[in-house]
Order: sequence, then C-alpha cells, then structure tokens
Amino acid sequence: MIIAEAKPISEILEMVKDFSKILVVGCKGCVTVCNVGGAKEVAILASSIRIGMRKKGKEVEVGEITLERQCDPEYIEELRDIIKDYDAVVSIACGVGPQFIAERYPDIMVFPGVNTKFMGGAIEHGVWAERCAGCGQCVIHYYGTMCPIARCSKSLMNGPCGGSNHGKCEVSPEIDCIWDKIVRKMMAQGRLEELLKIRPPKSWLTARDGGPRKMVREELAK
Amino acid sequence: MTEYKSGSNLEKVLKAGYFAFTGECGPPRGANVEVVRKKAQHLKGCVDAVNVTDNQTAVVRMSSWAACLILKEEGLDPNFQMVCRDRNRLAMQSDILGISAHGIKNMLCLSGDHQRFGDHPEAKNVYDIDSIQLISMVKKMRDEGAFLNGEKIDVPPKIFIGAACNPFAEPLEFRVYRLKKKIDAGADFIQTQCIYNMKRFREFMKRVVDMGLHERCYILAGITPLKSVGMARYMATQVPGMDVPEELIKRLRGAGKGKAAEEGIKIAVEQIQELKEMEGVAGVHLMAIEWEHRVPEIAKLAGMLPRPKVE
Repeated sequence: MIIAEAKPISEILEMVKDFSKILVVGCKGCVTVCNVGGAKEVAILASSIRIGMRKKGKEVEVGEITLERQCDPEYIEELRDIIKDYDAVVSIACGVGPQFIAERYPDIMVFPGVNTKFMGGAIEHGVWAERCAGCGQCVIHYYGTMCPIARCSKSLMNGPCGGSNHGKCEVSPEIDCIWDKIVRKMMAQGRLEELLKIRPPKSWLTARDGGPRKMVREELAK
Repeated sequence: MTEYKSGSNLEKVLKAGYFAFTGECGPPRGANVEVVRKKAQHLKGCVDAVNVTDNQTAVVRMSSWAACLILKEEGLDPNFQMVCRDRNRLAMQSDILGISAHGIKNMLCLSGDHQRFGDHPEAKNVYDIDSIQLISMVKKMRDEGAFLNGEKIDVPPKIFIGAACNPFAEPLEFRVYRLKKKIDAGADFIQTQCIYNMKRFREFMKRVVDMGLHERCYILAGITPLKSVGMARYMATQVPGMDVPEELIKRLRGAGKGKAAEEGIKIAVEQIQELKEMEGVAGVHLMAIEWEHRVPEIAKLAGMLPRPKVE
C-alpha cells in the first residue's frame, strides 16, 4: 500500500488561514490502513483546525467526510453537492487524492494534509517500511525476492557495496543492508551461480525517469 | 612490441612484471591549482600512478578529471576515479571520452559513498548504473568501440580499467566472488581498501589465488598509514568494513607522545614489505590521506625507490 504521514498541524493551519469554510476529506484506502487519512484522522484533523484557528482568533467551519477512495473519479463525484458549501479542501489521502479532487472541482483550493512517503507495508505494529520503487520492470526474483532498487540506498543491481556493516547500510544503522540479506539467502539456497551473473544496466524508461506514466488497458478502456 | 590496453605508465609497469606502487591525491575544496601542484611534487618519482578521488566522502571538490589534468601536466600518470553517485550513463560516457581525449589512461570505477555522508545530503542520488556495470561499460567502449547503447564510437577511449575491493566488508563470504564479478566485467587491476589485518588479508589472497583471479587481473593492496591513535580508533569503529587489530592500536599508543605518526609509518613500511612477498599481490596502493609529503619517505623506507621506467 501507499504509506503516508500527517503533516504538522502548524503547516496545515498556515495553508488554510485565509479560509473560513474548510472541508477535510479522508480516504478509506491505504491511508486508513496506515492510520493517517481515515475517518478517525479526519475527525482529529478537523477539530485540530477548529482549535488552532480559534487560538489565532478566528472561528471556522470545518466539515468532515471520508470517501471510499480518492483515486477513483466515481467517489470524488460524491463531493459534488457538498463541496460547494466550502471554500477550501484539505485532503488527507495520498498525493493522488488532492489532485483528483482539484481536477474535478477546479474552482476550489485543495491542500494536501499528509506527506506521501512510499510503497511498502507494516513490518510491525506502527512501523512501515519501503518495498517497491515502482520501476515498472520487476526482477526481484533475481535477488531472493528482495528489491535492491527500492531497498538498497544505492539501488545496486550487482551489490553489495563496501559499506555493508553488520547487516546494516552505511547510510544509517536504521537501514538494513538488503544486499546482505540477498547474499545470505541465496547462498543458503545454493544459488551462488545466479549471484555471479552480471546484471546489465537497467532501462529506467519504465520508471519515472521515462516521464510521467500512464497505463491503458484497451479491454477496459472505452 | 607489447600490446597495451591503454599504454598508461601503471599498465606498463605491471605488465613488465614490476611490483607497482601507486599513490593518491584528493583534489582541493576550491579551484586552488597550487595545492594540486604541490601534492604532485611530493608524489613525483615515488609512485607509478596517482589516484584522483571523485568528490570523496560525498564532499564537493575540484572535479577528478580536472585535477587529473593538472597532475598530468606535472608529469604524473593519473588514475581517474569515477563514482556512480553523481553521474548518469550519459555523463559517465562523455567524461570517459573527455579524459581519454586528454591522455588520461587509467580509471577506477567505484560505487561511491552515499551523499547522505557528505556536505550536500539533500542531493538527489543518481546510481543509474552500478560499479560493476560501469566496468563493463568502459570495457565495451574500449574493446568494442561502442557506447552502452551499441552505437559506434569515433575513436574509442583507451583506458586501463580499475576497480576496488574491500576484503573485510560484509558479507565476508561473498567478497571474493564480488571481486571475481568485477574481473569478469573487465577490470584490469584492483586496488583494495586499506588493509590493517594482514593475517586476514593473507587468507583472502589465498582464496583469490586458489580461484586464479590474480592471473586475470593485477591486485594492488591498499595501505593507509595511521597518523595517530585517534585515527586508528576512528578507522576501527567508524568506518564500515575496516579491520584494525587491537595490537596495532596498542603499538601506536606504546610509541609514546608525539611518536605515533612515526610508528604508523613504520607499520605501513612493514606491511608493504610483507605484501611484496605475498602471492598474488602485484603492488601496493598507498592512500596517505592529506599526508602526500610523507610519501617519499615511506617509498624510500619500503624499498620502493627508484620507480621503474618502462618504455
């Protein structure tokens, strides 16, 4: 899923300080699962905005709504009748949400209420880690089903570098050296020969480097 | 006539069977040409080639190729270091053509320290290709006369291709295989990370020799003289993949106040003499970090002078 984190309330208050009718829009997708953008967080943010603005000497009306998803136009459409009562929207979906709302309702100011971090999962309660860089050409099976593009600080395809340190990355003891894990797993599986293959330079055309991406499935598109 | 891959001084010395001795020069944090010339004077006549670091430790410095040109003007054989952190494949290939056009004939292909260590930790990292892919790319440019995309090069670069190896980095059991990968990719010579634990290096070299890797590539052992107990401690605890045995630290401390540097040089000299006799070792790479002025003395004490001249 997409992992996000809440923006500091001070940053959000600064965004909305000139507005008096603000709609906070949550999403029941990824951001609900990672506890940052669901109905619960919508309620918390809405009251934080009310209190924060009151402290600044301004009474504001803050509406709350949580959509099924913000990455599908049909759910964004559900805002049509509500949104006209407001002059600003704070979306706490991933970066897709505020843009989809802004595209659908071009006359209203839409602000991002979260920082979108990465594609990953929960490794323990309250801890999420990156697993995928969305490069568009998956080859994790070469690497013991661990992605060196997303999980090696240098995205080495023929690692490990000399900075691998007791299973940790030279960049930080908080980061696992994924190449240490890849090597250990593949050697334990008797797959040294595969590791000895020189993996050629990757084509980044399918990644963000090739420009903004779009996918069309003819059988679904009308 | 001997066929050379690049005809660099380093290649000639190695091919002629001499025990090579290379040095290092870190470019200044500015456009100070005199600093480079001064370092060059210390190294001249003492070493067969001089590595020029490429924004080492991810700190901005005068570009490696530019400092290489100054060293060349001073009569040295530069070894142009290139890291994968700062350049994509376009920039890399154009710099390779550029250095070759200016007669720089050695190149060391490295991953590079991550920018989070350096003076611009906010920088975007590149890592378009990795160090092993870089080695293959230089080899392809030189031997096939083709760019990475397969298109022909009008006058291919002539480069003696180098790579690094850290025998003590983890995961240990894979290090010799990674060295093999670099040689398979096309490395002509290897310069290792600083070695302090000679016993472990000897064991590593035995594996290298058993696999016959020393016959496919020249292996130069890296030596960095310890200037102080503090430096030894720092190397031992702060630098990943560095093995500084406790007895070395004791020896430095035992040398007494103000004498640790001399003891450090003595240790380096002993190491070089031991490496000269070690099977599979084709030379020593002396990384006297900001200590270029002590290189002549170390070279002399280690019996590395005079350096051979190969026509």
